[in-house]
Amino acid sequence: MTATVEAEVVDLAVTPLRDLNQRLHDVALAGEGPSSWRIVNPRGAHAVACGLDAELDVEIHGHVGYYCAGMNKLATVRVRGNASTGIAENMMSGLVVVEGSVSQSAGATAHGGLLVVHGDAAARCGISMKGVDIVVRGSVGHLSAFMAQTGNLVVCGDAGDALGDSIYEARLYVRGSVAGLGTDCIEKEMRAEHVEQVRELLERAGIDDVGAADFRRYGSARQLYNFTIDNAGAY
Amino acid sequence: MCGIVGLFAKSPVVEEHLGAHLVAMLAQMSDRGPDSAGVAVYRDPAAEGLTKLTLYSPVANEDWRAVAAGIGGEIDSVRASHAVVVVPTDAAEAEARVRASRGDLRVMSAGRVIELYKDIGLPEVFAETFELTDLQGSHALGHTRMATESRVTTEGSHPFSTGLDLCLVHNGSLSNHNTLRRMLRREGIEFQTENDTEVAAGYLEWSLREGATLEQALEGCLDDLDGFYTFAVGTADGFAVLRDPIACKPAVLAETDDWVAMASEYHAIAVLPGADDARMWEPEPGVVYVRDMAAIA
Repeated sequence: MTATVEAEVVDLAVTPLRDLNQRLHDVALAGEGPSSWRIVNPRGAHAVACGLDAELDVEIHGHVGYYCAGMNKLATVRVRGNASTGIAENMMSGLVVVEGSVSQSAGATAHGGLLVVHGDAAARCGISMKGVDIVVRGSVGHLSAFMAQTGNLVVCGDAGDALGDSIYEARLYVRGSVAGLGTDCIEKEMRAEHVEQVRELLERAGIDDVGAADFRRYGSARQLYNFTIDNAGAY
Repeated sequence: MCGIVGLFAKSPVVEEHLGAHLVAMLAQMSDRGPDSAGVAVYRDPAAEGLTKLTLYSPVANEDWRAVAAGIGGEIDSVRASHAVVVVPTDAAEAEARVRASRGDLRVMSAGRVIELYKDIGLPEVFAETFELTDLQGSHALGHTRMATESRVTTEGSHPFSTGLDLCLVHNGSLSNHNTLRRMLRREGIEFQTENDTEVAAGYLEWSLREGATLEQALEGCLDDLDGFYTFAVGTADGFAVLRDPIACKPAVLAETDDWVAMASEYHAIAVLPGADDARMWEPEPGVVYVRDMAAIA
């Protein structure tokens, strides 16, 4: 067992993005290769560290563009900067941490893993989330958790308008104000099990200055037409 | 899809290299808009009482000296199919003279500071053809177009003039532009294309003419325009940004001690000096942002 792992450094100012992503994929395909990566000069490039499928530790120094760490499996991806649209979209497992803020559709359709945003997230955070856990240290924009199916969204700040519109079974926890709830989204009782779940998610996210008891819980009223058995034939 | 960039110099060194920065930003937005490109550059103000016109001629090798003589003006500069001509009258008279002597020319912009260049083709090629790299100025807007609503033509490219020293660039598409165009035509606003953004520009022109401030005119867009948009408006003093309330189209703003920049995507800002350490934020949907010299001074 090695005490320290020397990170493989890739400078995107000189290395083409496809070469970087291919090298990261090759580790999964070959089952061997560097496990620790340090990426510098991303300069807003799209699709950095996408489609990873190995227990890699990838640290990106700078701001990234669209779909960073998209479809992530097993890997830990840390962005020391901001991320644009669709960070960790369709993530299956693993951990994605953004130290800055993220643009819209963070964690969209993600099935698993944990996405942590230390700044704010813009509109449609967790749209159609399917099992991912998302913890946002700041606030989220409008239409967050739109059509959310399962998983947990924890927002330490405020939520924008139409939170949880047409939500299915996901749990939404917001500490601050909610500008407005979307269709069929209601506030629900915060029981001990929910406080415990928020506490555990905050702990996993490395946020230790926010009390789990301060959150309110929102979820589906299950009143939309799709929850009525008479409409089952329509699908 | 289209790309927008905006750059506002806060230091003389950025003013000096405004053209080079603008071209670098524009090139980064090529993938969002490879059909056409355009820029509005605010520079070299004409003296009070004079009007600076940017004229476009569809004729190759236009005799700009004859054009300038015909409207009693002086050529400031010629870039590809465009020329900047300074006329010793107010803007209404200067434009009337163009219509009278050369009705086939298109007035791309009018005012005291604005110059507006646009054409079809790849942004990099456009920048080279129009020799934009050496331009100096206080601020500039740029656009790269991927046409959705109307033909790819020079006239259909952005920016669109919306009045004296004002212009508009747009990322998105409007769905009620035909209805709005009919309404605005009744109000005396002229349109040269079937382009949706030209209608938004006409809407702003009309609204400002009716006495609205730029902020009020942009706020009116939230009620009267149906569709997707991120707008950037260039003014004599700075620029304004508005995103539609649904915020389908992206925008990011960044600021350092030397500049304020706006772009559809961050990688267009990343080419600027000191971008790594810039303060960055995303303009909120449905909120009018106005930055001008006064706010920065």
